[in-house]
Amino acid sequence: MLSAKPSVCTEVRPTILPLTVHQLSFEAGGKRLLDSISFQTDVGPRTVVLGPNGAGKSLLLRLCHGLLQPSAGAITWAGVDAQTAGRCQAMVLQRPVLLRRSAVANVRYVLRTRGVPRRQRRAMVTAALEQAGLLHLAQRSARVLSGGEQQRLALARAWALKPQVLFLDEPTASLDPAATRAVETLLQEIHQAGTKIIMTTHDLGQARRLADEVLFLHRGRLVEHAPASAFFLAPRSPEAAAFLEGRLLWC
Amino acid sequence: MHDVCAVFFTAIGLLVGLDRELVAIVTLSLRVSLAAVGLAALLGLPLGAAVAVWRFPGQAAVGVLLNAMMGLPPVVVGLTVYLLLSRAGPLGELGLLFTPTAMVLAQCVLVTPIIAAFTRQTIADLYAEYAEQLRSLGVGPGRAIWTLLWDGRFSLLTGILAGFGRASAEVGAVLIVGGNIHRVTRVMTTTIALETSKGNLALALALGVILMFLVLVVNAAAMVIQDIAKRLYG
Repeated sequence: MLSAKPSVCTEVRPTILPLTVHQLSFEAGGKRLLDSISFQTDVGPRTVVLGPNGAGKSLLLRLCHGLLQPSAGAITWAGVDAQTAGRCQAMVLQRPVLLRRSAVANVRYVLRTRGVPRRQRRAMVTAALEQAGLLHLAQRSARVLSGGEQQRLALARAWALKPQVLFLDEPTASLDPAATRAVETLLQEIHQAGTKIIMTTHDLGQARRLADEVLFLHRGRLVEHAPASAFFLAPRSPEAAAFLEGRLLWC
Repeated sequence: MHDVCAVFFTAIGLLVGLDRELVAIVTLSLRVSLAAVGLAALLGLPLGAAVAVWRFPGQAAVGVLLNAMMGLPPVVVGLTVYLLLSRAGPLGELGLLFTPTAMVLAQCVLVTPIIAAFTRQTIADLYAEYAEQLRSLGVGPGRAIWTLLWDGRFSLLTGILAGFGRASAEVGAVLIVGGNIHRVTRVMTTTIALETSKGNLALALALGVILMFLVLVVNAAAMVIQDIAKRLYG
């Protein structure tokens, strides 16, 4: 089980959720890549952003996480400003960018950047690595780990920050089934420990396994926002129905 | 052919005999160049990384300037440092002219742009890979610079080596600010220049062979370090 260490996100507010996205648009090179997206998501359900390639899933995640600035619209976190909210979030990218240091140094680094006192770091680093099943590889250089191990290390690193919200952009896109399973198990544990998970995937199987609620994007528009059970049973939009049937959707 | 053999025999003779004067010259050469490169690395690494990471107006122009400064003519740098350190110059009070310290300063001016320009390129490439992750972690430009320097440490070694090559090979700057004073500021390159002008071509060439050998050893050592590091850290 996850140990109940003090949160790195030591804000006064108990939670930065719900996340409210209002009329969000993003343009690049004169092209509208995301168009008037509005939704709200709260503590609890794992949110899966689903859709074909090029639908704008990664963009939406990056905008919510504050890595990109919207062209129009607003992203609000329960009244806290973006900077405060940013400290309570973490993101795992599709291809993890690990520092050219040992696995343990990678986790230690993020704690140092968040100003966690040295004496607390050690226990938190060990807990995070243990959680990800990487304790035996702690001293190994992060860059020589396998793809699955690297992604689990990225998760451990994000998890060490004890974020309230964890964004994941196609976390298993380039992993084999065994490694995918390990990552999904880890995600399940992180979810059970109370971290809000918002992730993208184009893998329907994964969406069925992990999603509690689905945001279905198509051509930069939010076509459907529904509880997972309802979405998979009876999608309301023809685009989602086509996607679920495995028909090719043109972006 | 005979001359070439004579050069090598002279070089080997000098090396095997460990001529005291030669040892002193080689030691001073290494001391001056290594000190200059060390100082230049302290300045050039953070400077190059800052130019790569910080977004400011004129960032590209500074990059071009750094690249252009790699081609600074040693004699011009020597002359400038000479004017600064001469009795009438702004730093004349320090009494550094014609000392090894002056030579270190001159070489440092030559080497810093090389290290900075190389660092800028290396760190810019690395930053392209790291930027999003670092921003996600809330890492500001200041910390990002140190993170990138540390992660790029083995690649940066090549730039430092290029700087060492420049420092150990140049003659114009150290000749002007050092004065090539016997047993005080005489280094390998100035000795070679002097012996050539005296007509001791074999001796001059032999010293040249030794100089190249030293540079080779330093580079080989750095290459080995880089190789081991790559295998260990990926």
